[in-house]
Amino acid sequence: MNQIPEIFRVIPVNNFVILAVVLFSIGILGVLTRRNAIIIFMSVELMLNAVNLLFVTFSSYKSDPTGQVFVFFIMAIAAAEVAVGLAIIVMIYRRIRSTDVSLLNNLKG
Amino acid sequence: MVQNLFYFLSFLAVLSALMVILSKNPIHSVLYLILTFFTLSGHYILLNAQFLSIVNLIVYAGAIMVLFLFTIMFLNLKDDSFTGSRLFFHLGSGLVVFTLAGLIILKVATAPIAVADDAHFDSQIGMVENLGKVLYSKFLVPFELVSVLFLSAMVGAVMLGRREKGEKNF
Repeated sequence: MNQIPEIFRVIPVNNFVILAVVLFSIGILGVLTRRNAIIIFMSVELMLNAVNLLFVTFSSYKSDPTGQVFVFFIMAIAAAEVAVGLAIIVMIYRRIRSTDVSLLNNLKG
Repeated sequence: MVQNLFYFLSFLAVLSALMVILSKNPIHSVLYLILTFFTLSGHYILLNAQFLSIVNLIVYAGAIMVLFLFTIMFLNLKDDSFTGSRLFFHLGSGLVVFTLAGLIILKVATAPIAVADDAHFDSQIGMVENLGKVLYSKFLVPFELVSVLFLSAMVGAVMLGRREKGEKNF
């Protein structure tokens, strides 16, 4: 029952860390280069998931359930964040008939 | 076998993540993001985290992505294409991100190989039974606070999404 599964022997933590870094970088690229607010939002979700993967990896390799509980909380907070964020995007769309973030320059930032 | 599965899932995850930010149509982006979440759930199963794998599918691929799809269909968006004036900005951000990712990957790839230690390994960590015990004992207060957060998020979303007086359509 408590035998170590094959994956923890043949695949080092390093591979999972590299995968998480690649996914996180793709998320950053999406946030920086896209102008559609919804795509930017999806890129943020991608970054959250990269971090989740990292948490689960270290939790499983170290046999510590705290990491997985933390991922559970991250998922719950992401759900709340998406509900509020999409409501804000809908409000922006009502005002300017677009979700292009480059049009939101009223504050002259 | 496990190695092949890992590399296949990783390849699929990176490919679909790239397609999320590259595809022009937002609906295609959402579908590719769902594919990414499925591959990540596969990774969780590989990592013996069955509970989180199912929660990831239900919460992310099920609830959050349906919310995205509804919003996109509701808003009738036009495709936003890459314009030439922002090419310099795109190149700059790409350079910065690739440098950062390259440095981290270089460091991690040359670090000593780390695998699980036999001494105190527990393969039952990711099961519902174990996580539920931890969640309802050690993390009881944060767990209850999350429900308060959900309530406030729900109220906020309803208030933000409410139709205001005097608007013609929508």
